[in-house]
Amino acid sequence: MGMTVAEKILARASGVAHVAAGEVVEPAVDLAMSHENAALVMNQFAQIYEGTGLKARVWDPDKIAIVFDHRVPAETAKTATNQKKVREFVAAQGITKFHDISADGGGICHQILPESGYVRPGMVVVGTDSHTSTHGALGAMAIGVGATDMAGVWALGRMVNVEVPGSIKVVADGEFGPSVGPKDLILYLIGMLSAEGANFRVIEFHGRAVRGMSLSGRLVVCNMSVEAGATCGIVPADDETVRYLREEAGVVDPMEAVSPDGDAVYEETLEIDVSRIEPQVARPHTVDNVGPVGDVEGTRIDQVVIGSCTNGRLDDLETAAAVLRGNRVAKGTRMLVFPASWRIYKEALARGIIADLVGAGAIIMNPGCGCCLGVHQGALGDGEVALATTNRNFKGRMGNPDASVYLASPLTAAVSALHGAITDPRKEGG
Amino acid sequence: MSASYRARVVLRLGDDVSTDAIYPGRFMATVLPTETPQYCFADVIEFNRRLRDGEVPPGSVIVADRNFGTGSSREQAASCLKGWDLVVVANNYSRIFLQNAVNLGLRLVVCPGIEASEGDELELSAEAVTNLRTGATFLVEPLPPARQAIVDAGGLIPYIRRRVTEARAG
Repeated sequence: MGMTVAEKILARASGVAHVAAGEVVEPAVDLAMSHENAALVMNQFAQIYEGTGLKARVWDPDKIAIVFDHRVPAETAKTATNQKKVREFVAAQGITKFHDISADGGGICHQILPESGYVRPGMVVVGTDSHTSTHGALGAMAIGVGATDMAGVWALGRMVNVEVPGSIKVVADGEFGPSVGPKDLILYLIGMLSAEGANFRVIEFHGRAVRGMSLSGRLVVCNMSVEAGATCGIVPADDETVRYLREEAGVVDPMEAVSPDGDAVYEETLEIDVSRIEPQVARPHTVDNVGPVGDVEGTRIDQVVIGSCTNGRLDDLETAAAVLRGNRVAKGTRMLVFPASWRIYKEALARGIIADLVGAGAIIMNPGCGCCLGVHQGALGDGEVALATTNRNFKGRMGNPDASVYLASPLTAAVSALHGAITDPRKEGG
Repeated sequence: MSASYRARVVLRLGDDVSTDAIYPGRFMATVLPTETPQYCFADVIEFNRRLRDGEVPPGSVIVADRNFGTGSSREQAASCLKGWDLVVVANNYSRIFLQNAVNLGLRLVVCPGIEASEGDELELSAEAVTNLRTGATFLVEPLPPARQAIVDAGGLIPYIRRRVTEARAG
């Protein structure tokens, strides 16, 4: 019986020739990522060794990545102290892939890992962040876990008692219409599947629309796969994956793509003709509450947010800048932009993108996650409405349970910013 | 699992209860399981107050519909519930939340079709949940063996501790 990409990766990492969905394996981990919640991982890690007389040493300091991104720079003494403790731990354990609060190498973990060339096709990546699913865009198996699971990985270098997930095959063919792209595709798919439609399963992406997508677009699709509950979204590696890793991430070592077997078994196959997808919007307060932009057109917005681990990459900022260049954000609407990393920020500066955005009245924030999850600036007032390119719109998400968040693509968000209301980007000739 | 016991439903929720609802993001700088319970369901203000005022006995039950714990990987969502010794009975759970609960020893009951309202008294056993007000009984789905093994070990920390000790000894 053939294997899916997830099954092949987990079989290799577990040292067996074959696995099938439902089997229990203990895959070796190639990369283990945490952000500020490394503070909790450290606490759980220390507990593992309590009373054993053994020294708490991580299994491989070169395979652990720690990226500060959730609350940067620290907003309170408590956060600053947590970050300080993590820095001390990093130094004591000799952890090499550490990205501190700095314009030199800092940013959001789900951009830092790809752009640093840490993630390669075929790897097993675990991260203490649900959006770790992002890294499946590079043909890896990337799994979000909690802090105690990560403490186990730090100790053993493997995940224990892992049930091999089944896979859903999504075949996206056709050409995107004008003003429609990867964000609209993934919102549409989440609407189709529901918030739990892929729970405990992997989504494996195929089809010409996915093959034709830049790595940046694939990261968007895999990032939000978890919003349908998926353990991981995977785009099997191809020429674009190799191009990105060689040209943009500076990887020089050999790489090996993992493709599914012709007779791989999928739980379900979904075919989508992307030419039929309109610009999509997820309405409050669940990500699967999705419909075409026309359903919510005219909804007044107090704040537009472009950025985050979902849509804060150079092409996203460029799209927004092209809309805003020479225009102004509507009076009464605030616009916040969070580049996904400092490398992107600096590239956007060099290309004049930042000047275009600022010229239109947008505020450029430093790269980070804070606004998306309501922990660090950009909070909403009571009754306020935001339109964001981020990945979640749960009640309370942007810091206020009495506010509402709508989700859309960078293009829809930028066009809407000009009008102060949700607007169909096709009407602007976008 | 222990024999059956009786407990009251102290909170009744619907589908897709997110980790942001269970443990709002703004309290995420607080990480230690000893400190997270104070923010459990912080935006469900009256319930949070009852917890902090000691009005919710240990073992009390939260009943929800589908996909409980959807969203982020924040372990605070499991540790804050565990801290008050609450039990969750829901149709099914989101993957990461379920795993975090198993790892920390928070008791989750997978109970498809559960029907109960706030204030109802339930009888819970390893096999079934009975609503003593309506008399209806709902079967419990056992955890897969790979997860039950972690529960039986007392959580992931003791489970890994044993592995680490064996590895060093071997």
